[in-house]
Amino acid sequence: MSNEYERDRDEAAENLPDQRGRERLAAPIKRTGMFGTSTSGDTSGFGGLQVRGSAPAHSRRPFTDPDDPRTADFDRVADDLEAALTALDRVDLVERVEVAHGEITFHVRREGLVELARVLRDDPALRYELCTGVAGVHYPQEVGRELHAVYHFRSITHNSEIRVETTCPDADPHVPSIVAVYPTNDWHEREAWDFFGIVFDGHPGLTRIQMPDDWHGHPQRKDYPLGGIPVEYRGATIPPPDERRDYK
Amino acid sequence: MTVTEDYIDASGGDWDEVVEKAQGSSAERLVVNMGPQHPSTHGVLRLILTLDGETCTEARVGIGYLHTGIEKNMEYRTWTQGTTFVTRMDYLTPLFNETAYCLAVEKLLDITDRVPERANVIRVMLMELNRMASHFVAMATFGMELGATTVMTNGFREREMILDIFELVTGLRMNHAYIRPGGVAQDLPPGTVGKVRELLKEMPERIQIMRKLLDENPLYLARTKDVAYLNLPGCMALGVTGPLVRASGLAWDLRKAKPYCGYENYEFDVPVSDGGDVYARYRVRIAEMEESLKIIEQCLDKLEPGPVMIEDAKIGWPAKLALGPDGLGNSPDHIAHIMSGSMEALIHHFKLVTEGFRVPAGQAYAAVESAKGELGCYAVSDGGTRPHRVHFRDPSFTHLQAVAAMCEGGTVADVIAAVASIDPVMGGVDR
Repeated sequence: MSNEYERDRDEAAENLPDQRGRERLAAPIKRTGMFGTSTSGDTSGFGGLQVRGSAPAHSRRPFTDPDDPRTADFDRVADDLEAALTALDRVDLVERVEVAHGEITFHVRREGLVELARVLRDDPALRYELCTGVAGVHYPQEVGRELHAVYHFRSITHNSEIRVETTCPDADPHVPSIVAVYPTNDWHEREAWDFFGIVFDGHPGLTRIQMPDDWHGHPQRKDYPLGGIPVEYRGATIPPPDERRDYK
Repeated sequence: MTVTEDYIDASGGDWDEVVEKAQGSSAERLVVNMGPQHPSTHGVLRLILTLDGETCTEARVGIGYLHTGIEKNMEYRTWTQGTTFVTRMDYLTPLFNETAYCLAVEKLLDITDRVPERANVIRVMLMELNRMASHFVAMATFGMELGATTVMTNGFREREMILDIFELVTGLRMNHAYIRPGGVAQDLPPGTVGKVRELLKEMPERIQIMRKLLDENPLYLARTKDVAYLNLPGCMALGVTGPLVRASGLAWDLRKAKPYCGYENYEFDVPVSDGGDVYARYRVRIAEMEESLKIIEQCLDKLEPGPVMIEDAKIGWPAKLALGPDGLGNSPDHIAHIMSGSMEALIHHFKLVTEGFRVPAGQAYAAVESAKGELGCYAVSDGGTRPHRVHFRDPSFTHLQAVAAMCEGGTVADVIAAVASIDPVMGGVDR
């Protein structure tokens, strides 16, 4: 989804090598150096090399691929969502749209998530009655947008399915809660908090749900080891799995 | 145990002391911990009930006692090994877990259309058998919790017939890891069709026995009619799907709405009831089992000989297995080929099995209509041989949020009926 200005730009400048180069340079650095070594001196002369990830995928209209029946209603959904957001003067909420594997993803700014959820649920053209919850994902290499919150919405009226993705940086892990709009997200948001440390502002009781209340850390983050935590059971301490026998 | 002005905390300790304190004080509210080891809480579910006499005024649910970190563990194993984990989530619907996961992986690989027809038919057949097995357990445990042990013994007896088929096909009664990305692990062993036909002959009568026992049983009706009512708006707000939403009057079934594995080629009805209570959920479940029988019968007609694993050497493991002298399934042709035919094939096989195949970077969501509701698998790949993240939207997890809406204002006895009608399995809830 894009506004008029962006659409003009899409058609002209977006495809020029210059623009693509700038996009690539804007992508976060994946690794530095030639071989990714950090312990030994890099004698290759490529120590200053910066390898960047690819720029975020960005699909262009039309979103509907006539050869793929799974994408049949994507253009309609994008139009209806754009119309609904235009009416609210919030077209800028949607940063980019991605179509892949017969699924459409709206990447949105976290600030307007609740408004967007309300539009998705209440707009007669959209009517996403069902939210199937939120999943946290941790991308440590995406500097400034490490934590993603991914929502799936399902419309029973229109038999349609979309994904909404929003991000927040590790330094400020806040995403507004949409429990007020979709009460089913209560536990799903608690789970994403428990496992990823995403704070859902406005959640009625954001407590841990799977891990014990006094647990330290958020286990499904990439910087949290698998196992590696000594577990206490009735006074005896069970060493972490990787210390019980030699797996190396 | 603490006594304050307006409530008595009975979350542990000696029951006699609790009763004594309760009698001695003017407090009328009693907070009771039901579980996590209560036999009628379906495993380690903890209910925190605030009671006013026999009335439950507040019901809170505590989960997490069976959290095993399946999603985290999967990030350290190959995509194929993932099925071994997911099958253990909701242990009463293992084949649904595997299918949801494999559909998501296949979507990421863009091979959904290349999964062989026979594999899809086998998947559908096993899923429908699994649906029946899960519903039998739902009814059996429900009966047991209400004190009707005949329902329990009958339900588990009928389930055993289905588990026998699972054991024949996959080698295990549960935790199968039989459905794999690209197809299924191996073809149906000889005798499977005969055994399924036997079941198709026997099962309608068994279901009829269950129906005769429960459909109009006054005791059963008294415990289930108008109990734990949840209407359609409530279901939508709470994300409730599956038999529960169909018992509230909405014919919503992913097998019809978003067909997968070729469900669009099968004739079956979606049973609906508009009772919205425990009894309606029972009626929907038992009618669904009859529909499952129809689907299984059509599966047998559709079973054409053919491959059961995708014909892509970069993804599919050898699936033409034969029983070896050691009792394990092996593929003699494949072994002969890699051990004495082609060095490259040996290297390739070694890489495929130890390292696994690469999945292009991206994300995908695949949902199946499990016995309990919408089971969704959200898989993210970073382009490697292991998942970057796999998340499961387990229906039991979502449905347990409805406990408060169903139970508050009812009696303690109805709490048991309400939880049992949700049919939660903690392995899936906690993952």
